[in-house]
Amino acid sequence: MKKASLRLKATVLSLLVLFFLLLIWQIETLPKSAPKPVGAATSSEYADLMSAGGGESTQKSGFPTPTQLGQTIYKQLSNPLYDNGPNDKGIGIQLAYSLARVGLGFLLATLVAVPFGFLIGMSPLAYQTFNPFIQILKPISPLAWMPIALYTIKDSSISGIFVIFICSLWPMLLNTAFGVANVRKELLNVAKTLEVSPLRKAFLVILPAAAPTILTGMRISMGIAWLVIVAAEMLVGGTGVGYFLWNEWNNLSLSSVIFAILLIGVVGMLLDTLIGRIQKAVSYAD
Amino acid sequence: MQTEKAFLKVQNLGKSYKSDGPPVFAGIDFEIHRGEFVCIIGHSGCGKTTILNVLAGLEEATEGVAVMLDKHISGPSLDRGVVFQGHALMPWMTVLNNVCFAVKSKYPDWPKAKIAEHAQKYLSMVGLVNAENKKPSELSGGMKQRVGIARAFAIEPKMLLLDEPFGALDALTRGVIQDELLKICSETHQTVFMITHDVDEAILLSDKIMLMSNGPNARIAEIVVNTLPKNRQRATMHHDPLYYPMRNHLVDFLVNRSKDLQAKSASGVLDGHKPVIVRPGIDTPLSQ
Ligand SMILES: Nc1ncnc2c1ncn2[C@@H]1O[C@H](COP(=O)(O)OP(=O)(O)OP(=O)(O)O)[C@@H](O)[C@H]1O
Ligand SMILES: [Mg+2]
Repeated sequence: MKKASLRLKATVLSLLVLFFLLLIWQIETLPKSAPKPVGAATSSEYADLMSAGGGESTQKSGFPTPTQLGQTIYKQLSNPLYDNGPNDKGIGIQLAYSLARVGLGFLLATLVAVPFGFLIGMSPLAYQTFNPFIQILKPISPLAWMPIALYTIKDSSISGIFVIFICSLWPMLLNTAFGVANVRKELLNVAKTLEVSPLRKAFLVILPAAAPTILTGMRISMGIAWLVIVAAEMLVGGTGVGYFLWNEWNNLSLSSVIFAILLIGVVGMLLDTLIGRIQKAVSYAD
Repeated sequence: MQTEKAFLKVQNLGKSYKSDGPPVFAGIDFEIHRGEFVCIIGHSGCGKTTILNVLAGLEEATEGVAVMLDKHISGPSLDRGVVFQGHALMPWMTVLNNVCFAVKSKYPDWPKAKIAEHAQKYLSMVGLVNAENKKPSELSGGMKQRVGIARAFAIEPKMLLLDEPFGALDALTRGVIQDELLKICSETHQTVFMITHDVDEAILLSDKIMLMSNGPNARIAEIVVNTLPKNRQRATMHHDPLYYPMRNHLVDFLVNRSKDLQAKSASGVLDGHKPVIVRPGIDTPLSQ
């Protein structure tokens, strides 16, 4: 009962905050109705240029109003899948490109990080051997790999996937190793006294025991991957939400830029919620 | 007679973690016969768990051997079921699956239904059929411990090793599970090696109580034969005329004699010492 009312209150407050933010935004971006001497307006084209260039003292704020943003959102979402050539694709298509890159890079990273993390977690020797490499490679910004990726792979799309792969790798690798190394000794002793085969032990004891930690790593990885893909696509161009955002900036369509920003936030949240769900499903109370 | 041959034989067992210091224990010798329930009592840190781990095959002794059914114990085996001190249930598995996991390990070829049925049989033995779909985190401490016991029994081991299985339980629950354990063991003629700190528990459950002196360099100082009748019960055993001689003997060891022995062993008097066999209330203790 109490919980429900708390949630209700929070929802109402959230909506209120949103309302006020929109209100302030609307007021701030309203065209200044107290006009400066209109006679000075030699040409409206000039004024437009100034405002588009970000000049603040011009009559009309170049920053879109919430209403304009709403129109953009409606326009984009009502036809998300159109494709008018390389520079003009629907947001749905762009999003699909980004998600595919993140999904592929993330999947590849999982396929490498989990088994390898298992090895490192199980064997102190392997851990000591690989730790220096991991420690040096981990703090490198994933975008720093971009030139090397572009040079060796020679394909911007695959380079994007590679960058996602690299940035997803470390959190998953380290968390898997940590989770595997810290499985309670008692549980391993149970497996030993039951003469459980190594494969069965790996899949039925160690993996479920370490799963919450591994999923935490995946969640961090996914967060970073989604941050990085936008930047990577801005850098290499072609397709994707990052490219869309950059392209709209070049078109000086700020409302489309804001739309892209909101979309990136919402999709990022959904991805995080998705992995959070899986994490909840594999975690256990102890 | 076949049964008189030792089921488990421990000879000159010793363990040291550091090569320079004195061993935790040394010169441990004892035998356990088939169907016997043996308790070991001693002060904290004297090495009881270490001995149990060696018997389980989870740890290696630095000296001496443990032999079960003419085979050296060199690693864990399904022949020896272990109930761990901290119950050690897989927290992500239900109660039933915890037991099934063990059964499947022992009988990998059984069909699923048979495994579940077998596991349920042992869960009902410890009175937990109604909790079989719960996770360990939803159980009380006593219930968890009983799952651990069911799991160890379900693999039908030749020998059970129990490490303070009731240590964390309140007196009431402890009594209930003790009765269950006693019933199951006498029904199945299970051979048991159990660590306990509770003198009354040892008197109730065991045929033979091994008293361990304080470490380092701990020994089995005495082997006390339980002189109370086999059909003793928790509620009535303290009326038995042999109960107080028995209890006093054990408590006196823990309070006084274990310390004297430690002093003696430190000065090397106990090297090559064999444990004294005592029947309190029947013959007088041989050494004081
Ligand atoms: N891994 C280890 N490394 C070093 N010393 C150890 C290790 N394990 C146990 N010991 C030492 O061995 C001794 C015996 O430990 P053990 O756990 O067998 O005692 P115990 O008799 O079971 O005590 P308790 O009744 O408190 O459980 C202790 O003094 C402990 O310090
Ligand atoms: Mg112990």
